[in-house]
Amino acid sequence: MDFARVWNEALPLLLQGVLTTILISILSIIFGMVLGFVSCMMGLSKNFVLKWLSRIYVWLIRGTPMLVQAFIVYLSLPQVVQLFVPSFRIDSFTAGLVTLSLNAGAYLSEIFRGGIKAVDKGQIEAARSLGLSSARTMMKITLPQALRVAIPAMVNQFIITIKDTSIISVIGLAELVNRARTYVGSTYQFFATWVLVAAFYLVVISALMWVSQRFERSMTYDAEDGSGPGPGAKAAVLAGEYIRGE
Amino acid sequence: MSNKLKVAVALATAVAFAFGAVGCAASGTSAGTNDKTYVIYSDNAFAPFEYLDTATNKYVGVDMDLLAAIAKDQGFSYEVKNEGFDAAMGAVQAGQADGMIAGMTITDKRKETFDFSDGYFDDGQIMVVPADSSIASLDDLKGKIVAAKASTQGATYADENKDKYGYTTQIYEDSPTMYQAVENGSNAACFEDRSVIGWAIKQGDVKLKTVGDILNPGQYGFAVKKGSNPELIDMFNKGLANLKASGEYDKILAQYGY
Repeated sequence: MDFARVWNEALPLLLQGVLTTILISILSIIFGMVLGFVSCMMGLSKNFVLKWLSRIYVWLIRGTPMLVQAFIVYLSLPQVVQLFVPSFRIDSFTAGLVTLSLNAGAYLSEIFRGGIKAVDKGQIEAARSLGLSSARTMMKITLPQALRVAIPAMVNQFIITIKDTSIISVIGLAELVNRARTYVGSTYQFFATWVLVAAFYLVVISALMWVSQRFERSMTYDAEDGSGPGPGAKAAVLAGEYIRGE
Repeated sequence: MSNKLKVAVALATAVAFAFGAVGCAASGTSAGTNDKTYVIYSDNAFAPFEYLDTATNKYVGVDMDLLAAIAKDQGFSYEVKNEGFDAAMGAVQAGQADGMIAGMTITDKRKETFDFSDGYFDDGQIMVVPADSSIASLDDLKGKIVAAKASTQGATYADENKDKYGYTTQIYEDSPTMYQAVENGSNAACFEDRSVIGWAIKQGDVKLKTVGDILNPGQYGFAVKKGSNPELIDMFNKGLANLKASGEYDKILAQYGY
């Protein structure tokens, strides 16, 4: 339980790991958002092929553990690709990023869908009957309100994505857990190292929660702290006035 | 006040009796044959020392067979848990396991936290590259990524020499993942125990080859937490000596191609 020793010896190693964890988390969340949005739109589309592509994607990702997906992307996929492109190589960061993004995307797709379904159908009908195109209705009426509903679940998914980076340690990505394991493997300082690793995750996730709370406040119409509507909420109100012709 | 004192005396007496009884029970067992079931942890993917025999769904290997033969020779009972190398080390340190046998090389550093038996197998690390690789020595690793398995001598060696040969390291949790990464070309080479990779190549499971000499020769040992279960180490050593004398040791090793 020698915290001072672990702090002195392992800190540079663990900080490098934290940086990798943060980098791959941010990139996965960004790519996951894009994937999730595209998949959600495909899923809601009237086009049969697009709809089923989205459903199959969500089904495959949600139906298999991420650990297995990481192994497939890093170990199995290259063998298939190398049959066609012998020089194909994939590093563990890329493989990890692909796995995490695909995962976040599938879950976010469902979260977005839930948010959109939560928007009152009457509003969409009203917008359409006022002559707004379906794309414009989606952008101006549905999405701003859907986003507001979906934020808590989205933040939850972001937190899960950050934690999921630890799974990528099995394919040798030198993120926080992998670094800690390397250090513990040669020093046997199990207790202090893992407590320190937990503290690092807490700090990173707390930072995300702080940012997302501020964002959520700006999006909420009736902010819980009584500070009134934020810019996002104002946009939603304006959209409503636009429909009503005010 | 006096009531409290009485209660305290009664409690103290009860505790003293309880301890006395436990003491008697403990001395009773140690006087006769040792009927304690030792919990031994081991790795779960370290062929041919411990690996899952898919036909029987049981863990087999040099370590498993040696342990069974030694336990039979010395007359102690045990239970093996194949939980992985890191888990085994953690369990021994935490006192959840009485000992571990996992192709573990005896080193001075490990001796700070473990007590080891006599060495039961000679081994060392060797460089492993894809079967069609042009890498022939450590000097060819400049700018490449070299794989190693966490908590192993190979990882220590890889880390100590990365500046000298100008490569970077990547750490895996188990051998199969590491081999596949090297086969796929994600990593240029890995350091692995000669015995293990030799066996894997011999089985035809991996398209890899070894290059160069054994990097740091060492011996495998059975380990307990430092200062605990000395009788287990004692029995292991005696049993091992008996197996060597009777020729059973050679027979077990021959089964796995040594």
